[in-house]
Amino acid sequence: MAVAAASQSATPALWRMRLTLAARSVRENWSMFVGTRIGVLGLAIIVFYLLLAAAHPILMNTVWEPRIYDPVVGYAFDEARQPAPPSLRHPLGTDPLGRDILSQLMFSARSEFMLGLLAAVVTVTIGTTVGAVTAYFGGIVDTILMRLADIMIMLPGISVLIVLSATIGVEHFELALIIGILSGFGGAGVLLKSQALGVVVKPYIEAARAAGGGPVHIIFVHIVPNLLPLSFLYMMFTVTGAIFSEAVLSFLGLLDIRMSWGLMIHTTESAGYLLQVGEFWWLIFPASLSITLLCSSFYLVGRSLDEVINPRLRRA
Amino acid sequence: MAAYLLKRVIQILLTLFVFLSIVFFLVNAQPGDISNVYALNPDLPPETREKLRELFGVNQPLWKQYLVYLRNVVTGNFGISFSLYPRTVADVIAERLPRTLVLFMTATVLSFYLGFVLGKIIAWRRGGWTEYATTLGGVTLYTVFTPWFALMMIWLFAFKAGWFPIGKFLDPVVWQDAPTDANTVFNRMLLTVIVLSGIVFAVFIVTTKRRVSGAGYIRLGSVAISAAVLVGVWLASGTGYLAWDIAKHMVLPIATLTLISFAGTMLLTRNSMLETMREDYVLAARAKGLPEKDVRDRHVARNALLPVVTSFVFSLAFAVDGGIIIESVFSWPGMGQTLVAAATTEDVPLAVGAFVFVGIFVLVAHLLADVLYVYLDPRIRY
Repeated sequence: MAVAAASQSATPALWRMRLTLAARSVRENWSMFVGTRIGVLGLAIIVFYLLLAAAHPILMNTVWEPRIYDPVVGYAFDEARQPAPPSLRHPLGTDPLGRDILSQLMFSARSEFMLGLLAAVVTVTIGTTVGAVTAYFGGIVDTILMRLADIMIMLPGISVLIVLSATIGVEHFELALIIGILSGFGGAGVLLKSQALGVVVKPYIEAARAAGGGPVHIIFVHIVPNLLPLSFLYMMFTVTGAIFSEAVLSFLGLLDIRMSWGLMIHTTESAGYLLQVGEFWWLIFPASLSITLLCSSFYLVGRSLDEVINPRLRRA
Repeated sequence: MAAYLLKRVIQILLTLFVFLSIVFFLVNAQPGDISNVYALNPDLPPETREKLRELFGVNQPLWKQYLVYLRNVVTGNFGISFSLYPRTVADVIAERLPRTLVLFMTATVLSFYLGFVLGKIIAWRRGGWTEYATTLGGVTLYTVFTPWFALMMIWLFAFKAGWFPIGKFLDPVVWQDAPTDANTVFNRMLLTVIVLSGIVFAVFIVTTKRRVSGAGYIRLGSVAISAAVLVGVWLASGTGYLAWDIAKHMVLPIATLTLISFAGTMLLTRNSMLETMREDYVLAARAKGLPEKDVRDRHVARNALLPVVTSFVFSLAFAVDGGIIIESVFSWPGMGQTLVAAATTEDVPLAVGAFVFVGIFVLVAHLLADVLYVYLDPRIRY
């Protein structure tokens, strides 16, 4: 009776304590993250593109007439010649097919985010599971999965994607899955395994096993949470890689997608404006700079997270 | 060590087998075959195309093709390229691989040198504005949309300034009545570079080991002399202007590659330096009153080199893959272009052959990295 009462009164205190601890660690990590400065810059760029992506449907439904501003099938009837230079109606001009560049840019931002996020989630889910399972079981499981990882790492990524895009129709969703699987079973798995190896030898794993915890319980309750910071860090780099791969493949004209930043440059190239950088800058710079900026922003955030998570990099 | 090596080699062979199978089926999974390339050619009636398929053996069931292919690979026969008939795959790769390797090895060496030096500096000045500016600039170049950056380089230095040729491997006008073909000249250039780097390496090792005074002058002098001798040999051979033509075509791709990849090394060096700087022996070196530069270069940087070396070996392995973008923008006839062209035109032997070469390259590089690790870090024992 007394024990039950004690535990009842202790329960709220426990979650409150946990919440306080979590809040404190978030606050501390945040201030460390801010301290790296480059991370804040990266975050600012990401927020900027998020706002662009969010603003597109709103603009399409209010100010922009779909007939003119649709990123894929629109045509700027108000311009005499295409590609038209930037004007008030078309802040970034129009492309050789008479479509508004700003609208294309904003529309593509959303799919870039979706692609990056999906690729990152798939990578990290597979990578964390592979890492935890191989570190926990070792032996034959470890050998098979790590040799598989060797093959995945060995596959020249861009070349494989080129072959695959020639084999099956690859759109954003398939691309994200392929990238996720390749890097999840490959680099991410190896990296997370090396981290997990340090976790499985900890006394609390032994304790959990002695208390009768099964492999599934131990892996997902005790090992995986300890891998999450590193997984989260790896996600950032996967986003960079995914956006970059998409841009390269659509630049080469190999993907079946309707609109993306890489495709915008592909359009410019196939219309023959590629080396007229001075005269037709709006056909090349907005899309290329967006790819570069978004890729670097996620990379910068990843770097700063590394600084926060990796204790050996902390300031003495 | 020997047992470990043996185990690794067996593993490598197994991995290579699986890799080869995956690649074979992946390339073959594309709809159609080599005869599709001629589908729109009115000179080739359907019967001829059928004959072609029979000739190349692509009308047989896939598993039969696979077995034949495996048997051939084991005997070292990679087959004949469909699209570049009648050249053998080995011949095509022997021509293209050196071109890619020279381009990428030069760029890799340069970018690692640049990255290492910069990484050393920014680790030492952590938190200063130098660090932020360098990191930002480096990361931007590192994640830049490569085709665009390469185009900007071409536009700026070849199109506007006219300092370098716009792309390609050589200028046909220069080669019109050349006494030798491009491959011979290129292979000689390769030899020159290897000899020169051998001399540089030897001089560096000797002066470091012997602790000679004035080592800097000896290094600089001997490198300058040997470079002058090699240039003299080229001029005397009469093919110097041809080599110069190829060299001119290499400048822009190498510069582009160096700029887009040095940041990786820089950031790796920085982190590795920061980790090493916490070690006790660094504190001891400082306590001895050594100058900061000595502590940085002799005590921290030496030990921070380890992950950088591994990453160097790995990045050499990925030269071929990274080459695809740069090679297609600069129209450089290397492995990357070959691979893409082969894969998209259903030239199965060439595509699989190119993939397998990339695979062998990567696996050997992995092994090399492991062996090198043992040599560099005496704490590691297998």
